[in-house]
Formats: sequence, structure tokens, C-alpha cells
Amino acid sequence: MELLLNVCIYLPLIGIAGILAARNDKATKWISLIVTTATFLLSLPLLFNFDIANSATAQYLTEGNPILAGLDIKYLVGLDGLSLLLFMLTTLFGPIVILSSWDSVKKHLMGYYSMLLLLQTASMGVFASLDLIVFYVFFELSLIPMYFLIGIWGGKGRIHATVKFFVYTLVGSLIMLVGLIYVGYDAGAFIDGFQFTTDWRLLSSGAYQIGLVEQTYLFLAFALAFCIKVPLFPFHTWLPYAHTEAPTAGSVVLAAIMLKMGTYGLLRVCLPLFPNAFTEFAPYMATLAVIGIIYGALVAMVQKDVKKLVAYSSVSHLGFVVLGLFAFNTIAVQGALIQMINHGLSTGALFLIVGMIYDRTHTRDIKDYGGIAKVVPVFAVMFMIATLASIGLPGLNGFIGEFLILNGTFISDVIPQNAFVVFAAMGVILAAVYMLWMYQRVMFGPLKHEENEKLVDLNAREIGLLVPLVIFMVWIGIRPVDFTQYSEQQVQELLESSNEKKTAIRQSASEKELPEWASKLYDVTDELASKTQNK
Amino acid sequence: MNYLHDLNAFLPGVITGIAGLIAVVIDSYKDDHNAIYGLTVFSLLAGLALSIMDMVGPVGTAFSGMITYGGVSSFGNTVVLFGSLFCVLISREYLRAINHDFGEVYAMMLFGTTGMIALTMANNLIMIFIGIETMSICLYVLAGLISERKTGAESALKYFLLGAFSTGFLLYGMALLYGATGSMYLPEIAQAASSSMLFVAGAALLLIGFFFKISAVPFHMWTPDVYQGTPTTITAYMATASKSAAFVGLILVLSKMIPAATAEWAEVIEVIAILTMILGNLIALVQDNIKRMLAYSSIAHAGYLLVGLAAGTPEGYSAVLFYLLAYTIMNVGAFGVVAFYERQQGLDFTDINNYAGLGFKRPLMGVLLSFFLFSLAGIPPFVGFFGKYLVFAAAIDAGFIALAIVGVLASAASVYYYLRPMVYMYFRDPHKDVPIVQSGLIFRSALIVLAIMTVYFGIAFGDLHNLLASYYSGDWIALIGG
Repeated sequence: MELLLNVCIYLPLIGIAGILAARNDKATKWISLIVTTATFLLSLPLLFNFDIANSATAQYLTEGNPILAGLDIKYLVGLDGLSLLLFMLTTLFGPIVILSSWDSVKKHLMGYYSMLLLLQTASMGVFASLDLIVFYVFFELSLIPMYFLIGIWGGKGRIHATVKFFVYTLVGSLIMLVGLIYVGYDAGAFIDGFQFTTDWRLLSSGAYQIGLVEQTYLFLAFALAFCIKVPLFPFHTWLPYAHTEAPTAGSVVLAAIMLKMGTYGLLRVCLPLFPNAFTEFAPYMATLAVIGIIYGALVAMVQKDVKKLVAYSSVSHLGFVVLGLFAFNTIAVQGALIQMINHGLSTGALFLIVGMIYDRTHTRDIKDYGGIAKVVPVFAVMFMIATLASIGLPGLNGFIGEFLILNGTFISDVIPQNAFVVFAAMGVILAAVYMLWMYQRVMFGPLKHEENEKLVDLNAREIGLLVPLVIFMVWIGIRPVDFTQYSEQQVQELLESSNEKKTAIRQSASEKELPEWASKLYDVTDELASKTQNK
Repeated sequence: MNYLHDLNAFLPGVITGIAGLIAVVIDSYKDDHNAIYGLTVFSLLAGLALSIMDMVGPVGTAFSGMITYGGVSSFGNTVVLFGSLFCVLISREYLRAINHDFGEVYAMMLFGTTGMIALTMANNLIMIFIGIETMSICLYVLAGLISERKTGAESALKYFLLGAFSTGFLLYGMALLYGATGSMYLPEIAQAASSSMLFVAGAALLLIGFFFKISAVPFHMWTPDVYQGTPTTITAYMATASKSAAFVGLILVLSKMIPAATAEWAEVIEVIAILTMILGNLIALVQDNIKRMLAYSSIAHAGYLLVGLAAGTPEGYSAVLFYLLAYTIMNVGAFGVVAFYERQQGLDFTDINNYAGLGFKRPLMGVLLSFFLFSLAGIPPFVGFFGKYLVFAAAIDAGFIALAIVGVLASAASVYYYLRPMVYMYFRDPHKDVPIVQSGLIFRSALIVLAIMTVYFGIAFGDLHNLLASYYSGDWIALIGG
């Protein structure tokens, strides 16, 4: 099984080699489809054999030797409760994005499919790696294919969009790199024979504790990188450009998978490593998240371009995920995790659908449509399901995530004000407004444009690639426990151990001299005072 | 016996030196560039193989302590010979296309390489001076290769005048150091090191001489003009082999001669590194000529390398050595692709605007340039990332966190200009239909090998780095002191 995980991660690279060897456009498409389908099928045993009772321990672990003398940097991949579903989401989207580009991409096919496959490997690598340096390498590697996908096969403003995307993301992650190296040397003292380690299993454990002052800086460095990736308000400005200009497959991967790397990073790295800073900054982060929810929804409402509307809805939806993570309790974090999957499914489906209609009409302006539901009934149904899932209609997946997050935030200790929940819930209402209003303007009413009368309904390929997504939307909506069970135990343990770690760090910190701002921020002044009185 | 031992220690330099002499002789008798070319490639290969073997061999001194062999010096030789070899491999086709395929070019490159080898093996100030001068004089000649073009003449003259100026600093520094310590041998100078005015002034002048050679800010003014005016493959030679040699020389001076005072010098180097990184990257942002852009980029890379030297720790030195190899691989590659495009007739193919659409016209060259540029930008999994990573990690470990942050931000800015050629090559349509010629087999293979190395050393850098780290393990100061 360890081998199987590695095969899944690197199979797309072999596909690229095949494409370069074949040098034929038709073969390129088929090789890509076969490789991604094989990756998906091969990843299924990883899901079925996953030991749910032990979800907190990484499974299918491959552990390489440290590559540098004295520095514990090693190839370390495996899946656990946090990463399993995101990994599966990535493999599921593999064949879907290939199929979605089947007829719509016409130039430089070899390059295009190679980039999609490289992106696939990089994304799987991000979710599977448990050594933070390896994580970083895959995290950055994913930028290169996306840069070309937007830049070569994108729309009119593609150059501006792709350079903005690349530079924005890179600035964040380079600052994270400095933090990462610092953590590595800091943690190196905790293991024998090494000066440096980035093994997540050690870093996240209670044994490794970071002082309050250092934690603050490190948290900010890491959180900046991840928040740019998410993107959290006010770091979201690259997203609408990138999404609008990217080809359909690019938008789908960007929304469904790459944005999750940010929220996943917050959960995987920031929460267990810097628990004090994580909880102390939670109200601020939650504020940004809620602003993002409302702001994203309001801006989405006034969009004339369907794709831009969906892009801004992403800003809004991911605000929920960030809110859930910073609520710091099992319900909310579980909700955030399942919401990551939900957002991948429903926004991915929406981008696919927008792409399909764009292929037919070559316009994304809402005013160019209207009344096409009668012409393309199957399309209308699919669009409706995805729209409703995105809004969070009970019975579909979006509801589960949003409900758990709002519920968890309501009872959260670290985000005490219920105002957050109130405003976030308003985001749900706004989502219904902008999505349904858009749906109504595109689908219903009189048929305004004659050329739309001849629209062709979805073909078998297009239906085929939407159906799996719809199945999962309904499945998660009806039986969420089938999905949340994978992470339940790990989330619980992670939060418990992080809480213990937090208390331990606070106690040890109050014995030391802290700068004034730190003791104020972490509110350790009382403890310090009581300590001195006792002496 | 002893004489043989000495010659054997300096064997890579002996081979390239003799090959250079033979090349001159052949060139004066008959116009057979194939023989000269073959001889050059063969001698560089032989030297490279010897240096690689010496990297894991014993460490010692020869010529009565004038040179050291093994360890750092042999690794320095390896980088220099590797860079020279690949520059020669890509030169032939390019020089032919611009009608400057003279036999003397190869002879000069061989002599220059001999000087670089002398520099990387130096254990004595005189040896450093001989190495730098031999290397520089050959480079002055090579810089003026296209003397009929205005930029070529300007480049050669500028390089010569400023080079001579910097040599003055170097020599004056050496004289003062001799006055202060009574010795020319690096380890002996280290023992007699003091904080006397004379010693500090001597060391400072010596460092300034080196800063000229590695084009660190504010001693970088010559770099862009010289790089632009020199034939591109020769620029690659200047930017990689000679710069690597100068850096290894600087490492030797810093680690051997003033190890005790490194902490004091660290602040100076830190300031220079910050200036170099910021200025190099910022000015590179606005360059439209790709050769000038690569020139400023090489200034910026000197800054990253100085970060490792500022750290002054064993990790710092071994990181810098690794970075030198990474830097050589990706820069020879990038200049090589530029040299390929430049051969096309009709447009000025050093102007980045004319790169529009070229990525799809010659897909292989486009992909290769992307590899080298991503590597230069420091994106994993390319070798440039791990070079930067090791250097910044050493700085953070040594407590230079601010320096590392400046470096990281500067390299974030650099991404913008490294992406630009790719934006033009892939994202824009070609201006007009320019016929694009094929690249030759040797040229193409050399660049492909370099591209594979950017990925190979980006992933499998462990063994090499461990070897480099072992040069600085234990009582390394005594060890390399000989």
C-alpha cells in the first residue's frame, strides 16, 4: 500500500513522459485520460483500506533517509484523517479536468496536458507529504503548471492575471520558508543526532513547544502564506483575475484543489505548531473571514460575468472554512474540513458548467443569456443542483459544512462573540440571493437572444463528468458521516493535544521574561503577578 | 619525487595550461579549429575528471605550501572546469555563426581556466594574485573579441580599466597584510592576525579587490556593460567560471586568513550582501535586454552567495560551495539559450521583446530556458531553490534572520523578471515570421545535460552536500590550513 500511494503521486509524471514520447495530439489526450483514471482507481484502495479507528496516525507511510547529514529532511509521505479526503478529491478531479478540456482546448495540446498532469502530481504531493520541506517543495511546484495554464491557454488579460497570481503566492510562501527554516533548527534540538527537523509528526506533538514571542512571528509568517493562497480577505485580489482568465480546467483545479492548500496548511501546520498564537489571533482571523464572507458575497452580487461571480463566491465560501478552523473546536474544524471538500465539488462543478456554456456561446456575460432553460434542459438541471449545493440547501453538501461551522463557531471558546455567527449566517442568505438571481437571469424568463435558440444540450461526455460530482453532493448532503468519519478522531486528538500544548507553553512562558506586548497579547500578566507574590 | 608530487597536485592546471600552449602552436601553423576544439574539450574533460576524483581524495599542500589540493580547492576546480567545459561546448556553434570562431578563443579560455585553478588552489597571497591576473588578462582579451562592434570595444576597455583598478586594491591590500604580519601564507597570516590598523586596512583592500571580481555592489558598475558587449557564450564563461573561482578564492581568504576575525567582517559582508541583493534585483526588474537582465541577476546571485559567507559558519561555507555549482549550471544554461536565439538573423535577439512566441517555434529551447529561469528564480524542485535554501538556512542558523528575510524578499522580487522571458516566449504571439535555424547536436546535448542537472541536483543533492559539509567538519580550520 505504501507503494500504491507513491505510484498514485508519480503516475502522472510517467504520463508526461508518455506524451513527450508519443508526440501526437490524439494520443496525448488518451494518455492523459488513462493516466488520471488509473490514478483515481489506484487511489480507491487507499480509501477503502484506511484504518478509521487510527486516523490520527499517518498511514501508508513511506519514510526516506535524511538527505543531508545532520539535517532531518526526508521524503515522508502518508495519509491521515486530515489529508485523506483532500487527496481523494484531487484524484477524483484528475480525469474530470482532462475530460472537461477534451474539445475546448485546441492549441499546444502536448504542453497543456503535460501541465495538467504535473499539477496533479504536485497537488497530490502537497496533501500527502508529512515533512514540511517536502510539503513546501510540492506547494511551490504546483505554481509552475498553473502559471503556464493561465498564461498560455487563458483569456485576454491572462498575462497580468498569471504574473499576479505567481508573484503574489510566491511572496507569501517565501516568507513562510524563512519561518520553516527557523522552526526546523528550533525543533532540531528535540531529536538526537540532528540539528534540523521538519518532520510533522514531531513538530505537531506536545514534545515540541515554541515560546510565545517566537510563535507570534512564526504564526504570522506561515499564516500570511496560507491566507494568500486561500485567499482570505484582504489578500484575495489575485483570485478573481486568475479565475476569470484561466481556462476552464485551470479554474476548476484552482478552485477545487489549489485553494484548499491554503486552508489545509492552516490546519496542518499553523494549528498544531503555534496553538497559542492560533487561538489568540482567532478573533482577528475570524473577523477577516467574516469580512471575506460578506464582501465576497456583495461583490459577487454585482458581477456581470458569470465566471467572476463564481470566483467571488469562492472568496465568500472559503471565508467559512477559515472561520471554522479558527473556532478551534471539533465541530467547527470538522465542518471546515468537509466544507473544503464541498467547495471543491460545488465550485468545481460550477466552473465546469460555466466552461461548457462558454464553449458554446463564447460569452460569459449574464445579459447574453436568459430563458435558455427550455433549450438546454439537462444543462439547466445540472446547473441547478450545483447552484443549490453552493448555496447550502439542506439535503445537499453545502448545508452540512456551513451548519457545522456556524454551530461550532457559536459554541467556540476562542471566538466568544456571537456576532461572528450572525454575520457569517448573513453570508448564507446573500449567497442564496446572488446565486439564485444569477440562475434566474441566465436560465429563466423569455429567450432574449435568437442565437441561443440553437444551443446544443450537454453531450454524454459532459454529463458523464458532472454526474460523479452530483452524486457526491447528494451523498455528503444525506449521509455526511460517511465522509466526516475519516477525520473525526484525528481532529479531536489534534485539538486536545494542541490545547494541552497551549496550556503548557503558557505556564512555562509565565516563568520567563516576556516583552510587554507579548504578555499583554497572551494575557499572562496575572499569572506573572501571582508568581512574583508567591516568591 | 617531491617535484612530481607538486605537479601531480596541480595536474588539472598543468593539463589545461599545456593544452593552451599546444592550441596556440597548432593555431599558428594551420587553420584547423577542429583539432583545437577537440583538444580543448578533451583537456577540460580530463581536468574535470581529475578534480572530481580529488574531491574525495586527501587534502594537503604542494609547492612548499603555495597551493592546497583536495577538499574545497578540488571542488572549486570542479566547478571551474565544469563551467569552462560547458561554455566551450556551446561556444563553437555560436562563434561560428557570428564569424568569430578563432583558435585563440579556445587557447585564451584554457589559459584563463588555468588561472582560475591557481586561484581556487591558492594558499598564498602571491598565488591568489597570479591566479586572478592570469584569469583576468584572458578575460580582457575575450571581452574584446568583437572589437569591430562599438559595444565590444567598450566592453573590453571598461573591463580592462576597472579590472586593473581593482587589481591595484588587491595588490595594495596584500602589501599591507605582508607589512602587518610578515607573511604571504594564508594560515600564517591568520596566526599573526591582529586588529592593528595595518592589518584591518590590508584585509579591507583585499576584500574590495575580490568584491570587484564577484561584482558585489557598490563595485558592480562594470558588469552589465561588459556582459552585454561580450559574445554571449564568453559572457557565460565570465559569469560562471571566473566568478566561481573568485568566490572560492574569497572563501579561502575568509575561512583561512581571517577566521578569528570573521565575526567583525561578517557585518561588513552583511551590508554588502544586502546592498547587492536589493540593487541587483531591483535594477534587473527594468531591463529589456536579456543579457543585461542576466548580468544584474548575476549581481543579485553574488548577493545570495555573500549571505552564506556572512554567516561564516561551516554550514555557510558548504552552502556557498553548493550554490556555486548550482549557479554555474543554471547560468551557463540560460546564457546558452540566449546564445542560440541570438544566432537567428533579422532581429536583435537580446531584446526581450523579440522573444515573443519563440517558445513554440523552437519548443526544446523554450523548455530549456524555462528550466534555467525557474531554477534561477529559486522555485523547487530545481537546484536553484536548494542552493538558496541552504544559504538562507545557514544565515538563519547563524542568527542573521534579518539578512535572510531581506534575501527572501529580494528573491521574491526577482521572480518577476525571471518570468518575463517566459511571458514573451509563451504568452505572446510572434512579431513577424523570422526563420529560426536548428541547433547543432553538441550544443543541444550540452544544454539538455545542464537542464537535467538542474532537476537532478535539485532532488538528489544530498550526497554532494554531505561531501561539502564534510570539508568543514571537525577541526577544519587546522585541516585546510595544511
